[in-house]
Amino acid sequence: MDKILYINVETCMACHSCRLACAVAHSESKNLGEAILEEKKEFPRIILEKIEDVVVPIHCRHCEDAPCITVCPSGAISREDQESPVVLNREKCIGCQACVIVCPFGVIKKGADGKTLIKCDLCIERLGEGREPACAEACPNGTIKYISVKEVNALKHKKRYKVAIKQEMEEA
Amino acid sequence: MAKELKYADKASQELFNHSRKEQVPIVWDRYADMQPHCGFGELGICCRICSMGPCRIDPFGEGPQVGVCGANADTIAARNLIRMIAGGAAAHSDHGRDIAHTLLLTATKSEFDYKIKDTDKLKAVAGIYGINTEGKDPKEIARELAEKALTEFGQYKGYVKMTETAPAARVKLWKDLNILPRSIDREIVEIMHRTHIGVDAEYKNLISQGLRAAIGDGWGGSMIATELSDILFNRPLIQSSQANLGVLKEDHVNLIVHGHEPVLSDILAMVAMDEKMIAKAREKGAKGIVIGGICCTANEILMRHGIPIAGSFLQQELAIATGAVDAMVVDVQCLMPGLAYASSCFHTKLITTSPKGKMPDVQHIEFKEEKALEIARQILEITIDNYSARDKKKVFIPQHTEDLVAGFSTESVFDFLGGKYRATYRPLNDAVISGRLRGAAGVIGCSNPNIDYEYGHIEMVKELIKNDVLVVTTGCNAISCAKHGLMKPEAAFKLAGKGLQEVCAAVGIPPVIHLGSCVDNSRILRVLANVVAEGGLGEDISDLPVAGAAPEWMSEKAVSIGFYFVASGVYTMIGHSLPVKGSPNLYKYLTEDIEKEVGGKWAFEPDPIKAAHMMLDHIDKKRKLLKLKPVMYEQSYKPAK
Repeated sequence: MDKILYINVETCMACHSCRLACAVAHSESKNLGEAILEEKKEFPRIILEKIEDVVVPIHCRHCEDAPCITVCPSGAISREDQESPVVLNREKCIGCQACVIVCPFGVIKKGADGKTLIKCDLCIERLGEGREPACAEACPNGTIKYISVKEVNALKHKKRYKVAIKQEMEEA
Repeated sequence: MAKELKYADKASQELFNHSRKEQVPIVWDRYADMQPHCGFGELGICCRICSMGPCRIDPFGEGPQVGVCGANADTIAARNLIRMIAGGAAAHSDHGRDIAHTLLLTATKSEFDYKIKDTDKLKAVAGIYGINTEGKDPKEIARELAEKALTEFGQYKGYVKMTETAPAARVKLWKDLNILPRSIDREIVEIMHRTHIGVDAEYKNLISQGLRAAIGDGWGGSMIATELSDILFNRPLIQSSQANLGVLKEDHVNLIVHGHEPVLSDILAMVAMDEKMIAKAREKGAKGIVIGGICCTANEILMRHGIPIAGSFLQQELAIATGAVDAMVVDVQCLMPGLAYASSCFHTKLITTSPKGKMPDVQHIEFKEEKALEIARQILEITIDNYSARDKKKVFIPQHTEDLVAGFSTESVFDFLGGKYRATYRPLNDAVISGRLRGAAGVIGCSNPNIDYEYGHIEMVKELIKNDVLVVTTGCNAISCAKHGLMKPEAAFKLAGKGLQEVCAAVGIPPVIHLGSCVDNSRILRVLANVVAEGGLGEDISDLPVAGAAPEWMSEKAVSIGFYFVASGVYTMIGHSLPVKGSPNLYKYLTEDIEKEVGGKWAFEPDPIKAAHMMLDHIDKKRKLLKLKPVMYEQSYKPAK
């Protein structure tokens, strides 16, 4: 996969905008005002976790070698090809929770009905329309970005060397 | 997310593109940068009233359903909403207080730059307050009136006096519901008390206090602002003028007055006509002085002096982008802090004048009524001096203006229907009763970049007049209507239904009647009360075939206005919903159940045509209840059965 969801763990303000946008993106109406009134409400797939003093938005990483696909006995979790997101088909899910156990990131959770499981599908519907995942679009300060591995690295380089250069200048 | 303005008047479209070219950031750019808006704020379910929070309710039900204190979505949304009423009512009423203060100074000072201009109105308003006017000097009456009005803001007993001018049935209802305002400030303070952590948690009880404060605004603070302004600055005079940024002139000194209160702008308008000032402008090479208004300041000086309107709320930065504004003088309300940056891109001097409204690094010349003329002269001189600093290469004035007729008031407009010698509301009532007019609508309020600029205003107004609904307007809707030619009498023949055409032709009025600034929505309340008093259309405002709307609302003032119309029994339509959708109970209460209590209710519909149709449905429902004849002429809109 060329583009990934990149999270800057230093900047999340815990505004929960990504969670709202996620639930709306998976709703019937795709409209916040209506989505909250739908009979079958959707829970957000994205999770905000506070660890020590840092709030981290957590998504499915859409692993290349996804253990959830391997372990799923009913074929409910799959991906179309290596470039596609890992998706969970609720119709096929038997609720054995094996995927919950093997997921290294803890991103498979129970849906609004309290039975079936849900997980991030990288907004596969939106990607098909040429749009980015809803959480990245909703993030007000760029904590969540949908960018290529190359761009992620470029961001890291900039940050790393900015610090290093500054240090060097201060020493000189 | 406007990449371009598709619907707006031509001057705005051209200046919008010009701002892009000149790289002046304006409101639409900032709006785009702000997307997407926070959903919790939109739904009204975030609370930062105490520091156990901030709290937010998860509208999808997975996360918390109550805040740390236990407040649920209903409580949180209702508390937030009535705090908006407090903000709006405070703004209008503080404006009213300032006008009353100016009247008091006028009455008590021997040397003063303001005079009592309308003694008839003075006596009429004094009569409402029970002041004996017989054989008294106007100054003495004015002193008593100003003192009584000022007392109403903080009085500890009784009720806000002008609520008594509402129909008797309405006053009784307010008393029964315990929402008759006791004093203007007190109800605003009580909102702040009730919404403090751990006081009122019952959403209907919270809204009830919101209604009381809003009535204190419409039938109190705003009405004081309107009535006392008429006494000080004269009642509006019917006159023709122009609107839009094309009123600025390349070879003139251009001064923009922007904000709300008429106290400074009225004096500035006078000083700008001073021969000495004009001579000074000529010395600097200019041919004269142009004053143009923006926002409600524009409406105040238009209706009393015929001074052209430069633009509405969303045009304030566009005005500066003409590069031809030598100074912009602002007082209070609806002043975008973005003006400071926009004016720094040009030679324009931005001047704040109210101790209540300063901006960082912006020149402040404090206005004092005692030195009104002196300060007005100082400001005008600064403006004239700055003409020389204008960079002629940067000047871009779109040559678009539209003619208009404005300056109507509660007293003039409908009395005119009966002619000068038999001034009465009878012909208006008869036109409605006979079905020549379907009804009337007040379309008012702000502009908001969340809708294609002016699309909401103009499409709604056109649809209403096409269906024989007479439209009265104030505020920024009035300015948009003017720019789109709806305030020319001939607009009736192009756009109005046949019945409304006949009324307009008989009286010589446009189909859209400009009643003034946003505090002048109190004039609409008075019109409604007068129509009820004239008889034949029921006993209360809630019986009338009328509706209200603010299709492009954005301010807390609009929320307060909406609530005082709902409290007065009017079906009130706004475009973008109030921030209450996160509480389905509150939403249902405001849009349905509240009607059973006060006779009016809210409706939210962003599509202006659909919204107009919902208003027409309501008007037809009221006509049916009054057992009026069917409307006289075949309508383009077929009402729902």
